[in-house]
Amino acid sequence: MAVSYFNEMFEGGRVRAPYARLEDWVAAMPPEFRSMKQEEAEALFRRIGITFAVYGEGGDPDRLIPFDMFPRVFTQAEWRRLEKGIKQRARALNAFLVDVYGRGEIVKAGRIPQHLVYGNEAYEKAVAGFTPSKGVYSHIVGIDIVRTGPDDFYVLEDNCRTPSGVSYMLENREIMMRMFPTLFRENRIEPIDNYSEVLRRTLASVAPKKCDHEPTVVILTPGHFNSAYYEHSFLADLMGVELVEAVDLFVEAGFVWMRTTEGPRKVDVIYRRIDDAFLDPLCFRPDSMLGVPGLMDVYRSGGVTIASAPGAGVADDKAVYTFVPEMVRFYLGEEPILQNVPTWQCGRNEDLNYVLDHLPELVVKEVHGSGGYGMLVGPKATKEQIETFRSKLASDPAGYIAQPTLALSTTPTFVEEGVAPRHVDLRPYCLVGEQIELVPGGLTRVALTEGSLVVNSSQGGGVKDTWVLAE
Amino acid sequence: MILTVSHVTTYHYAAPVRGAVQSLRLTPSRTDGQRTASWMLQVEGGTKGGSFRDGAGDWIESWSVRGPITELRVRVEGTVETTDMAGILRGHRENVSPSAYLRETEPTVADAALLTLARDAADGASGGLDLAHRLSTAVSDRIAYRPGATSARTTAAEALALGEGVCQDHAHALITMARAQGLPARYASGYLFADASGAAHEAAHAWAEIWVDGLGWIGFDPANRCCPDDRYIRLGSGSDARDAAPIRGVAVGAATESLNVEVAVRAQQQ
Repeated sequence: MAVSYFNEMFEGGRVRAPYARLEDWVAAMPPEFRSMKQEEAEALFRRIGITFAVYGEGGDPDRLIPFDMFPRVFTQAEWRRLEKGIKQRARALNAFLVDVYGRGEIVKAGRIPQHLVYGNEAYEKAVAGFTPSKGVYSHIVGIDIVRTGPDDFYVLEDNCRTPSGVSYMLENREIMMRMFPTLFRENRIEPIDNYSEVLRRTLASVAPKKCDHEPTVVILTPGHFNSAYYEHSFLADLMGVELVEAVDLFVEAGFVWMRTTEGPRKVDVIYRRIDDAFLDPLCFRPDSMLGVPGLMDVYRSGGVTIASAPGAGVADDKAVYTFVPEMVRFYLGEEPILQNVPTWQCGRNEDLNYVLDHLPELVVKEVHGSGGYGMLVGPKATKEQIETFRSKLASDPAGYIAQPTLALSTTPTFVEEGVAPRHVDLRPYCLVGEQIELVPGGLTRVALTEGSLVVNSSQGGGVKDTWVLAE
Repeated sequence: MILTVSHVTTYHYAAPVRGAVQSLRLTPSRTDGQRTASWMLQVEGGTKGGSFRDGAGDWIESWSVRGPITELRVRVEGTVETTDMAGILRGHRENVSPSAYLRETEPTVADAALLTLARDAADGASGGLDLAHRLSTAVSDRIAYRPGATSARTTAAEALALGEGVCQDHAHALITMARAQGLPARYASGYLFADASGAAHEAAHAWAEIWVDGLGWIGFDPANRCCPDDRYIRLGSGSDARDAAPIRGVAVGAATESLNVEVAVRAQQQ
């Protein structure tokens, strides 16, 4: 089966416009210089301390995610279209959340099956009837996008809870600018370093009504053993806000307070990087030691804002994903700018039959899975792996979805032998508060293994700096 | 009926605790079947926090107490005028879709025995209401009322296997079976006036509510083989006993705790 992949740098033997200056840059780079720079980059990453521990893989918990120095480039026109599509999607996802915790019009209209919403594990009936400040549930929407052609972009999945990785977006840029200052003089690249300021402004804009002063924002982390702890402390530093753990917070008189050396200080907005289940043992898991007892009562009586709002996960479920284009039409009255990947719901009989007949061609994913685990890439799988999935599908069909294997675009990547095309995806971070904003860029993940389509860092993926060229 | 409630819950801590936080679902629901004449809810020595009506229509009040304390007392006193609505929850405003109550929870996982019992009871049922009654009767027949046989952590499946339990077990079993038959079901907690002496067993009571299309939520009390009437006061609901608990609390720096509950429900002469 011969599949052709869209190469973002070379098209029909010619260099595409956004990469024009990079061709000379690579050509002029002697191999020794390249490996020296690669070592320099690694040393910089180590010094900053940016690492990514991966659950369940063992090995070095302080492993670095490989950084590829070859940037990925978008033109201004390409980005404008992406930006419109991403913002549109973020608005629709938030409108959906307000609706399903309110009147449920989209369900009543029969546009999405009721059990997918209310029967969903991520649906929190504890927050039904409560509308969060400014009607925002998902304040940081990470939308995973893949490209298959010059104008063909598909949304792979939405992340409405606490998408991670933005620290890589910022660090990749920082390191590229340090190592290749000339490159940044020769190319006019849109800056992204205001991300933390926009994030802080976004979070402050959703402070509860009761807050009549400059809002106090904190980041709530599960602690240093969490794989994304580096990012939590990095963002707290950049925003100039406190990084707290649950033990640093307590609830009294209808508000949340932070213990400080000068006594308790009221907290107005909590950017939490812990799951709903661990927020409050009085509302969710009683055995949770991570949570703040009574937090959900303060939240539900309007004393504090939690970002993302508890219950936001019902919008980014892989089974609900299929209906996002429908949400765009239903709530915004617009046609979706970004396309969904066609998806088979294995819980449906006719879909399941198709999937079972075409397993070697399809990608099969767990509905509630993430991080590239528990996933079958049909064309790359062994017979045994396919048979394992066949029995998994038979025992729990509703737990899986399937999609065609997409011809992910490639960008040039530094490899052992020189420069070679490798598959990439893109995760931009859309910020939703009183305004909806997007810094021009995102995290590009690259599958470093030749031919691999799995870009997850837990599966041997790397990262790249992502450029949006100014006009 | 005019029912007066006196309910005192006391926690004793073996060693002083640094403080406590509580989320209380201890205020009568607003329904056509009950009107609250007076109601007092207090945590002794505590500070009142946020209070609100949640999506299920329950009034939630939160309290915190600063330590060190070795004892914590929650006091409820009130009078409610009740009317027999044949178990139907009428005039109750809520936002949660009934289908959110089809999901199983830890204590309400259906095992083969519960599924079989539900299927057998459902055989020949004419419509949702009849089905709900049949399921409730099946639970009454199969689980005998016997205090002390089960604990707060007993699951529906365990109670059925044992054949004995208290109102919590009856409610869990009925909820599990109703959900297995496709009927949304939930746990309701409240008070029951059981006899004139006021010192009845299970004055702090629990039962199940089942959603029947066209009628809405209907209470079923398999422990007493009836639907809730004017002897019942409803406080709130949830997916299971823990989710519907009138008191959820955490003591900070928790030592071993013991609990003492005194409940009395009396009927006033009219």
